[in-house]
Amino acid sequence: MPKYAALIYSAAEEEGQSTPEQWAQIMAEYNDFQAKAGAAGVIAGGEALHPTSTATTVHVDGGKDGKVSHTDGPFAETKEVLGGFYLLECGDLDEALNWAAQIPGAWYGRIEVRPVVEFSQEG
Amino acid sequence: MNLEETLRNEGGRVLATLIRLTGDFQLAEDALQEASLSAVEIWSKGHIPDNPAAWLTAIARNKALDRMRRETKRSGKELEAMRLLVDDSLPDDGHDDRLRLIFTCCHPALSVDSRVALSLRTICGLTTVEIARAYLTSETTMGQRISRAKKKIATARIPYRVPAAHELPDRLASVLAVVYLVYTMGHHAGEGRLDSRTDLAIEAIRLGRLLVELMPDEPEAAGLLALMLATDARRKARLDKAGEVLLLADQDRSQWNHHQIREASELVERNLRRGARGEYLLEGAIASLHGLASNWDETDWRQIVELYRMLELAKPTVVVRVNRAVAEAELSGPEAGLRLLDDVEGVANWHLYWSTRAELLHRSGLFDQAAAAYRDALTCPMNESDRHFLEQRLASLSALN
Repeated sequence: MPKYAALIYSAAEEEGQSTPEQWAQIMAEYNDFQAKAGAAGVIAGGEALHPTSTATTVHVDGGKDGKVSHTDGPFAETKEVLGGFYLLECGDLDEALNWAAQIPGAWYGRIEVRPVVEFSQEG
Repeated sequence: MNLEETLRNEGGRVLATLIRLTGDFQLAEDALQEASLSAVEIWSKGHIPDNPAAWLTAIARNKALDRMRRETKRSGKELEAMRLLVDDSLPDDGHDDRLRLIFTCCHPALSVDSRVALSLRTICGLTTVEIARAYLTSETTMGQRISRAKKKIATARIPYRVPAAHELPDRLASVLAVVYLVYTMGHHAGEGRLDSRTDLAIEAIRLGRLLVELMPDEPEAAGLLALMLATDARRKARLDKAGEVLLLADQDRSQWNHHQIREASELVERNLRRGARGEYLLEGAIASLHGLASNWDETDWRQIVELYRMLELAKPTVVVRVNRAVAEAELSGPEAGLRLLDDVEGVANWHLYWSTRAELLHRSGLFDQAAAAYRDALTCPMNESDRHFLEQRLASLSALN
């Protein structure tokens, strides 16, 4: 079964921006989605990420064995940031897009749906 | 029917079937290409088969299978699936396959430009060079766009099927929009002479006919076909002998294609009677009413205004609003039209907004303001025919002053 990554992007969250009640509501919405998609056998994985303020970007200058540099922050400073992802197992793109529209992140931000490379078939 | 026409007419339906059998756009296209070469060779000797589509499908399917066998990278599973399909009897008339192909090519996961290019390539059988010319871009760029789209269909697994009933309204809207876009590109060329891309208008009508044939119960498909037929009926009368643009009011109506107008109004009437009131049907009704009037003054403006009011509720685009203003001006005087135009926003770069405004100002006797509006129109992008027309209007207005 093909897999799709559903990458959840939303406006960067400032600390204390949402009230505990709002958080609770969002969590409940995510729990609903996971229950529904889980029961349908669609979720093959997924994680939520801490805010980009906790991110460190690593680059090795000069290629392998080169000089390692660390930058505080995300790969790129953008208004909308990656906040988490799901791995969805779906028959085709229509199915994946249909599930993606039910992820609460799609209601507050956007979901980028990307097919996952299947090495066993491509190689 | 000559060989070339047969290939062109049957090509789309054969390709659609091959894509279903192989699950691979590129492979299907290559196989059809090879089969067409064989056909040219054999058919030109006078052996044209009774059912050319079935003949082409059978040959192309074998060519595809050969190719799949040669390509070692294909998994055993895929080959197995293909072998099973070869045992399958020949497909039906290709009805469902062509419909699947249309919905795949117009899938909302593809960019609008890709949808248009892919549809012209696979359904209409236009070459990449021809499509590149329509988009005023290079063959390389267009080839890349088409191959990227095909690759996305394969990699992201855009399904090859007719959408389910609950998805159909949205998906059909995307298909109709693609066909209408091809039509407008052809009917009103973006560059050069107004009628320099008539070939695309003809392709769009061909597609429109196919949609009505495949989905006879969709009033919007009928509405779109009616809109295109009734508008296209006026094609030859739009330019005078010297190639100058003639407004609807000044056209020689004996040059209109009245057969097409009748066909359009029959489509419209049948579907309006069934209670359908979709956007394309309303636009088709307006275009038909223009076609049925024996001259400008005889036009049923009351009914046209009524249709535009309904259309604006469903689809409040600037094009609809400006066209409605023209109709209201005919019914109630230029001031009524100008009042409506005042409320239209986001049209600073659209020459037809300014020229409509200029026309109505002119009729209201406000010549200085009319001239200014023509000058605004001339700063917008447009084709040569339109530019020349507007320059002449401005010149005659200045002479009047």
